[in-house]
Amino acid sequence: MKVLVPVKRVIDYNVKARVKADQTGVDLANVKMSMNPFDEIAVEEAVRMKEGKEHHAAGTATEIVAVSIGVTQAQETIRTALAMGADRGLLIQSDMDLEPLAVAKLLKAVVDEEKPDMVLLGKQSIDGDNNAVGQMLAALLDWPQATFAGKLVVADGKATVTREVDGGLQTLSVTLPAVVSVDLRLNTPRYASLPNIMKAKKKEIAVKAVADYGVDIAPRLKVLKVTAPPQRSAGIKVADAAELVSKLKTAGVL
Amino acid sequence: MAVLVIADRDADTVRDTTHKTVTAALKLSGDVDILVIGQGSMAAAEAAAKIAGVRKVLLAESAGLGRQLAEAVEATVMGLADGYEAILSPATTDGKNFMPRIAAKLDVAPISDIIEVVSNDTFVRPIYAGNALETIQSGDAKKIITVRPTGFDAAAEGGSAKVETVKGAEAGKAAFVSEEMVKSDRPELGAAKIVVSGGRALGSAEEFHAVMDPLADKLGAAVGASRAAVDAGYAPNDYQVGQTGKVVAPALYIAIGISGAIQHLAGMKDSKVIVAINKDADAPIFQVADYGIVGDYKTVVPELMKALG
Repeated sequence: MKVLVPVKRVIDYNVKARVKADQTGVDLANVKMSMNPFDEIAVEEAVRMKEGKEHHAAGTATEIVAVSIGVTQAQETIRTALAMGADRGLLIQSDMDLEPLAVAKLLKAVVDEEKPDMVLLGKQSIDGDNNAVGQMLAALLDWPQATFAGKLVVADGKATVTREVDGGLQTLSVTLPAVVSVDLRLNTPRYASLPNIMKAKKKEIAVKAVADYGVDIAPRLKVLKVTAPPQRSAGIKVADAAELVSKLKTAGVL
Repeated sequence: MAVLVIADRDADTVRDTTHKTVTAALKLSGDVDILVIGQGSMAAAEAAAKIAGVRKVLLAESAGLGRQLAEAVEATVMGLADGYEAILSPATTDGKNFMPRIAAKLDVAPISDIIEVVSNDTFVRPIYAGNALETIQSGDAKKIITVRPTGFDAAAEGGSAKVETVKGAEAGKAAFVSEEMVKSDRPELGAAKIVVSGGRALGSAEEFHAVMDPLADKLGAAVGASRAAVDAGYAPNDYQVGQTGKVVAPALYIAIGISGAIQHLAGMKDSKVIVAINKDADAPIFQVADYGIVGDYKTVVPELMKALG
């Protein structure tokens, strides 16, 4: 099975995003950037399917292609995926911040070329928090989708996916090819070892331009402003439980 | 312009999240219809018809729609989309699953997780786990929107809309296998008026339940947990409150043994009143708490149980 794993370069999840003073966006200057953590989980699962780790039969995945759409530096993100075990990379270069619809259209064009059996990706990126690209790509391809995967089993041309849904877990069976988006508890991604980081330097990353795909990427949404959320201020310390209960009764919440 | 709300439903009723989405929809238009999807859903449709301000309720039933699978929901909604200028759904895991799929079929940019309707085409939504808010204006003729329920008050009961039957699509290339839903007599975490949440300080699954369950029962509260407590195996996955779990905004949120990592705060900072109980006086949770008690939960929680009578 050939697996395509889209990966996004985002602000590192340990860094607190700060809004720019002119309200045009979040300040990305001199901020540590990393692979979107959900995408890292997708890469890890694809590599485990290739290695035959956990419940996967060895060779469940035969080839893993990591694709990123973004600035030149997104090659570093692809390189991380290669160091984890992906086979080759593709960067579609764009200096514009693309909306999920445009990303889904570009990925559809990549799928048409690469013909993977599965697209495995993070359920959302931690910058835009849209949670949309996987579902939109599945729709454009007319493929089934299994989102928010907490467990993935591939056999006999089908993926059995246990999804993390409100109130519990739901298990679906989807016929391949399919789009699977992953949730946090699917696995814990590995740290790439030094030899694998060195090896990844020799792996191929093809670089293309958005224009090469002839896809409409015009923005549909206009960002009018980006602001900081209202801050909550610290309240008071109370001495004991009895005082707390009386305060809560006065506040009308008990 | 007419607006369609896709209901979040239970076996025989519609959830509070539907009422909240109707409130958002009524800010866009006076002509709000509700679509109830599923098999054997007449009771849920009749419950939706009682929401005040609703024009009519559409009921789409088929064997393939029982589990709200994205492919069948998408095909059903595509058959109705022409009549509406906006389609809204609560930002539940179901809504997040099928709404972008519908948007892509319509060649529309979806607008996820709105917390405010500024005008017919302009909305506010959190990004970066709520560390920033973006105000966006949609240029699409049709708007596909998911609504964060905590951002809106619930629409009142008291309506008497008609229920009409529409065509429901059959199952697509995905098939339901099984589900494992957590059964509880307590209110649902996302809808509860009071939430008590436990953190890593509780130390074990036994202790977590021994401390949290009686307190929740006394208060009629839902139980939540920090990601650290979930990752440590003290509480089940669906208890998790935070950026990667549920976003809640109850009238009262009581955090016990939770330090207050950014990712947890993102999930509860819109609660009306926050109480923190933690033995570390410098824990960041105190910076957002209205009332704090510095102390060991082992002594404070029993005292609290007693004070509650």
